[in-house]
Order: sequence, then C-alpha cells, then structure tokens
Amino acid sequence: MPLIRAFGPNEFWIIVLAAQWTIALSVIAFAGGGLGGLFIALARVSDAKWPRRIATWFIRLFQGTPLLMQLFLVFFGLNIFGLGINPWFAAAIAFTLHASAFLGEIWRGCIEAVPPGQREAATALGLRYFNRMRYIILPQASKIAVAPTVGFLVQLIKGTSLAAIIGFTELTRQGQIINNATFSPFLVFSTVAAVYFVLCWPLSLLAGRMEKKFSRATTR
Amino acid sequence: MYKFNFEPVIAGLDKLLYGAVLTIQLSVAAMILGLIVSIVCAAAKTSNVAPLRWVINAYIEIIRNTPFLVQIFFIFFGLPSLGLRLTPNGAALLALVINFGAYGTEIIRAGIESIQKGQMEAGTALGLSKLQIFRYIVMKPALRTVYPSLTSQFIYLMLTSSVVSAISADDLAAAGNDLQSATFASFEVYIVVTLIYLAMSVGFSLIFSAIEKAAFKYPLSR
Repeated sequence: MPLIRAFGPNEFWIIVLAAQWTIALSVIAFAGGGLGGLFIALARVSDAKWPRRIATWFIRLFQGTPLLMQLFLVFFGLNIFGLGINPWFAAAIAFTLHASAFLGEIWRGCIEAVPPGQREAATALGLRYFNRMRYIILPQASKIAVAPTVGFLVQLIKGTSLAAIIGFTELTRQGQIINNATFSPFLVFSTVAAVYFVLCWPLSLLAGRMEKKFSRATTR
Repeated sequence: MYKFNFEPVIAGLDKLLYGAVLTIQLSVAAMILGLIVSIVCAAAKTSNVAPLRWVINAYIEIIRNTPFLVQIFFIFFGLPSLGLRLTPNGAALLALVINFGAYGTEIIRAGIESIQKGQMEAGTALGLSKLQIFRYIVMKPALRTVYPSLTSQFIYLMLTSSVVSAISADDLAAAGNDLQSATFASFEVYIVVTLIYLAMSVGFSLIFSAIEKAAFKYPLSR
C-alpha cells in the first residue's frame, strides 16, 4: 500500500460526514448556551446588584478573551479537577459557557429593547416578576432576538472548528487527518471550507432576511 | 488536591509579554492593511461593473461563512501547491488581512452610505471650500459612524489572532504554547495568557472610547 493515498471520493465523503460532529457540538453548545444565556440575560437586567454584577463580569470575561484560550482553560482545567483529559467533554463545556455569555449579552439587549411601559403596565396589572417575564417581556423580546440569535449560531458553528486544536475530531480535524494521509491540502481544505459554507451560508441569509423584515415591520 | 504552581509562569513572564507585543504588532498591521482592502472593496461594491460587484460579494460571503482556522490552514498549507509559499508569520498576516477585509468592507460601506448628498450641497451653499466639505461634512461624520464598529472589530481581530498559533506563527498564544511545553504548568500558563488578552482588550476599548469622546463630541468642534 502506498504511503500517500490519493484524494478520491472516499476521502471526500469522510470529510463531509465529519460535519455531523461539528453539527452535534454546535447543537449541544447552542442548547446549553441557550439555557445559560437566558439565565445570564435575566441576571444582567435584574434589579438586584450582585446578580447584575456577576453577569456583567461573566460576559466581559468571555467577550474579552480568545475562544481558543477559553477552550484551553477548560481542557486543562478539567484535568486539574480530576476529570481527565476528554476533548468531547471539554469542548462541550467550553462552547456552552462561551455561547451562554454571548447569547446572554444579545438577549439582554433584546429584553431592554421592549418599551418600559410594557413592564410598568404589567406591574400595574399586579403581575409579579415571573409572570411579567413569562407573559409580557420575554415573548416580545424573543421576536427581536431571532435574527441576532441565528447570526450568533453562525459564529458558533465556525467557532467549533477550534475544537480541532485540542484534538476533538470534527470537520476541521478530520480535514487535517485526511490531509496528513493524502497530502493534497488544497483539495482537502477547499472541501472543508465548502462544507462549513454550506452549513453557515443559509443561516446567514436567513438572519439577514429576518433582520430586514423586522426593521421594515418596526419602522412603520 | 491540585497545587497551583505559578513560579515557572512568572519566570517566563518576559516571554509572554514579548508575545503580547507581537500580537499587538500583528493585529495593528493586519488592521491597517485590512482597512485598505476594505476601502477598495467598498468602493468596488458601488461600481457599475456587475462582475466586479459579484466577486466582492462572493469574497465577503465566503470569508464570513467559513472558520478563520480553515482559512489560515488553506493559506498556509494549500497555497504552496499554487506556488505561493509563505512563512507562518506571513501566512498569519495574510489570513488576518483577508479576514478583516471582509468584515471591514461592510463597515466602511455603511459609513459611506451615511453621508447624504444634500449635506454636501448644503456645504457648497454655505460657501465652504472642497477641502472643508470633505473634512467637516464627509470625513468627520463618516468616521464617527464607522468608529465604534471598526474599533470593536479591531478587538475581535486581536482575539481571533490567537488562532495563528495553530500554524506556529509568533504571537501571545504561541508564546503560551512554548512556555506550556517547557514547564508542563498548562493551566497556570493559559490562565496568565488569558488574563493578558483580557487586559489588552479592556485596555484597548478604554483607549478607543477616550479617543471617541475627545474626537467626536457634539456639536462638531474644530
């Protein structure tokens, strides 16, 4: 068997199929980050001082440091706490925290964009915090939030490529592995880029279209 | 229980700080060159030649919808087969410029579009010279419009530049990797490296907002 094999349809499909791990990681991070982000956003707009402060610093920390370093810290940090070196686990936790901070900040903006009169009216009607959020504020905020949230999902999918650096075999890492075997980097990384493009472009278009539709609806 | 050991990190702090200087140099160089690319592309986007507009749009969409790590792998590993062989540092700079250019084009275009033709006509009617019109009516408001997005894009660029360590270009993250493999104090090294990045991004955003307050206050002062 030759040491370097050719880049054929087989190799192409191995790369394309590796997208499932990119998608899986993105879905986990998006679901976890959605939950965490809602929590952060609510803490960020809370009337209590400490939740607000902690949420502000959490967001600042994740927006002010490179995603790669966040990934490294979780990866090596888990080892310190005796949880062993596990790229899957580390990547899932790191991207969940990252997404929580970014979605928290995006959704904070959306909650604050709901006119203050809505909150005052709800309070006047006797609704307490939970019901006010559940029935009045969040349904209106979520409409504003859809477009930027889809936009962030694109960021997140692209970001998961960094998991390749800690040895998690997703799309980019699979590309590196195939490149080491075939040594045709031009074809391999074009294919990898094309798969990411196919995943991200429709979402970008969707986000752009929703943003336009929304701004038309609100400028009337 | 794990015992934190920051001694080797403190011993290697000079290397990390030198890495931080390299990161700033790389980011500033990429920003300046990327801005030139952005201005050219923004001008080309408004051109009457349709194929030119398609090429620019394709460039923007491709860069914005693929990961930076893949872009840099493509440039560093893929381009040599087309005869363009780059050093890791060269590939890092090229990748950052290409990446920034795609985001910068949209920002610059928004700045250009923010100036309405009537404002320039009003300037002429007030008897301002061409240079005065350009300086006070076109340049200053356009800069003020793009300034916040441009500066936050710079900080984003600086944070993204950590990825160039993956092709072992010289920067702060790479200095961290070197120190990590020499000392095995992985967690401690990356905590310090992360804090340096945080200090840089907080520092830059403070400087940028101070400049914004001084340069773009209302009403426009001379």
